[in-house]
Amino acid sequence: MNWGAVWAIARKDAMVALRTRAVVLPLIIVPLVLMVGVPVLVGLISGMATRLDVPSSDMTELAQSLPAGFGEQYAGLSEVQAGYIYFILYLFAPMYLVLPLMASSVVAADSFAGEKERKTLEALVYTPTTDRELLLAKILGGWIPGSLVGLVGFIIYAIVADIMTFYVAGRIVLPNPLWLLLAFWVGPAAAALGLGVTVIASSRVNTFQEAYQIGSLVVLPVVLLVVGQAAGTFILSDWLVALMGLVLWALNLVIFAIAAATFRRTALMARL
Amino acid sequence: MGATSTTVIVTEGLTRSFGSQVAVDALTVTIEAGEVFGFLGHNGAGKTTTVRMLNGVLAPTAGRVRVFGLDPTTDGHRIRARTGVLTETPALDSRLTARMTLLHFAEIYGVPPRERTRRVDELLALFELEKRADSKVGGFSKGMRQRLALARTLIHDPEIIFLDEPTSGLDPVAIRDVHHTIEQLTHRGRTVFLCTHNLAEAERLCDRVAVLAHGRVLAIGTTQELGSRLNRGHRISLEIEAQDIARAVKLFAATPPVSLAEAVTDRTAVRNGSATIVLHGVSRSEVPAMIQTAIQHDLKLYRVQPEEPSLEDVYFALQEL
Repeated sequence: MNWGAVWAIARKDAMVALRTRAVVLPLIIVPLVLMVGVPVLVGLISGMATRLDVPSSDMTELAQSLPAGFGEQYAGLSEVQAGYIYFILYLFAPMYLVLPLMASSVVAADSFAGEKERKTLEALVYTPTTDRELLLAKILGGWIPGSLVGLVGFIIYAIVADIMTFYVAGRIVLPNPLWLLLAFWVGPAAAALGLGVTVIASSRVNTFQEAYQIGSLVVLPVVLLVVGQAAGTFILSDWLVALMGLVLWALNLVIFAIAAATFRRTALMARL
Repeated sequence: MGATSTTVIVTEGLTRSFGSQVAVDALTVTIEAGEVFGFLGHNGAGKTTTVRMLNGVLAPTAGRVRVFGLDPTTDGHRIRARTGVLTETPALDSRLTARMTLLHFAEIYGVPPRERTRRVDELLALFELEKRADSKVGGFSKGMRQRLALARTLIHDPEIIFLDEPTSGLDPVAIRDVHHTIEQLTHRGRTVFLCTHNLAEAERLCDRVAVLAHGRVLAIGTTQELGSRLNRGHRISLEIEAQDIARAVKLFAATPPVSLAEAVTDRTAVRNGSATIVLHGVSRSEVPAMIQTAIQHDLKLYRVQPEEPSLEDVYFALQEL
């Protein structure tokens, strides 16, 4: 394996993508809205409700679906305060996965389809890399920034969430094991999934936008997670999150094995 | 496959089809090390497809090919480590600077870290890009982009350089610089595979030329070989008194071995009261006889110029076959 070439291509892809407005804008706006805007907005409403002592109507139902130990851990809090902490720790958790998924997808779309669109791919296929090296480089070039955006998003979220839970309930709740698992185990797996799908899509379409749109479809399972949890179908637990990560990594292995078996620069060039 | 120790490229019946369209049709060619080999043809003749197959980035539909004795379909990466390809479009990322572009490719091609900066600086200087070395490629003119792409092609000092239309769209000064670079490469023993539709360029630079049309090679050889094989294109031009031109045309049209006598009517051929007549089918050895005929018939001669068949003659003659 020609690691020097792999690293050079991956590093350049990540660096150049992060200097491109079409890539950077979603990487700034989405974390700001998701990881800052949403917890602050919900926190402000919850804080006001706590201070105005507004009675809550759904808390009895919520209490039935709270994870084990939650009630004891946050005993003494009002229903609104406990509800906000539940939102921060559990309800919002699946939404976090949008971040690494989206970040890796957008960089990966820029990487292959973007190169085709800019007509820079031909110079790259003439380099002395094997098909596998080229694919690996493209995958790493999306995975590294995708995972980093996920981790930075987690840090920002933890800070904002702690400020807001302290404002609402006088408690600091993050980091906890569930979120650490999300950030360091499931997030990177989600980043890999997003880029795997996008890289495969990118080699078959010709524009950044097409690749990005196809890659964005991997966000759909996240929506199901959010809806499922909000509907009380299940509640995320440490074990469930760990298992979710395992499933995602296994899925990634399958996707990358298919990509490695099917990716051929000769097929790519036949379409250029 | 008929290769010698210095043979670097051999193809035998190399074919590539896209659906029902045959892009390269049974190409058989042998190229020796140090040779400047011209691949001459119009757009869509199959030049780029051939370069892709030789570098293992496009699979042949049929036929055999060896580059450095290696099969591009299985050893493409080994071949590409020793070749440099200037693609038809410069394929440069406009978001990188010239220096970053070259350093990036130097790293991919495995140029040792200690040599990278020196090599990049050398190439930036060679292609007169030092002053814009740290400017983004997006702001470069077409000529500068082409020069940078050429620098990138040479970053790892390849043994075979594939140049796909290297002077397309360049101004005369840039064309001269590219030609000079190709000449320097050949002086250093590099093999150059030059794809061009520019006949003058091929004639000036190439040791041998393959004339290509619709994926098929019509002929291969030096310009002289191709001209004599076709037995046409030899001619001489005579500069005579303008008032005698009609009489001269009539006279030489009836003089063997002249196949055609024609008066040249463009502006450059008529000056200071003289005019030019071109006698086709007349080789260099027959020039004295033509001069004698002119003198015998009181034609005042100001200039006699024997002309070898140009590649243009050969090219169009082959197209007509």
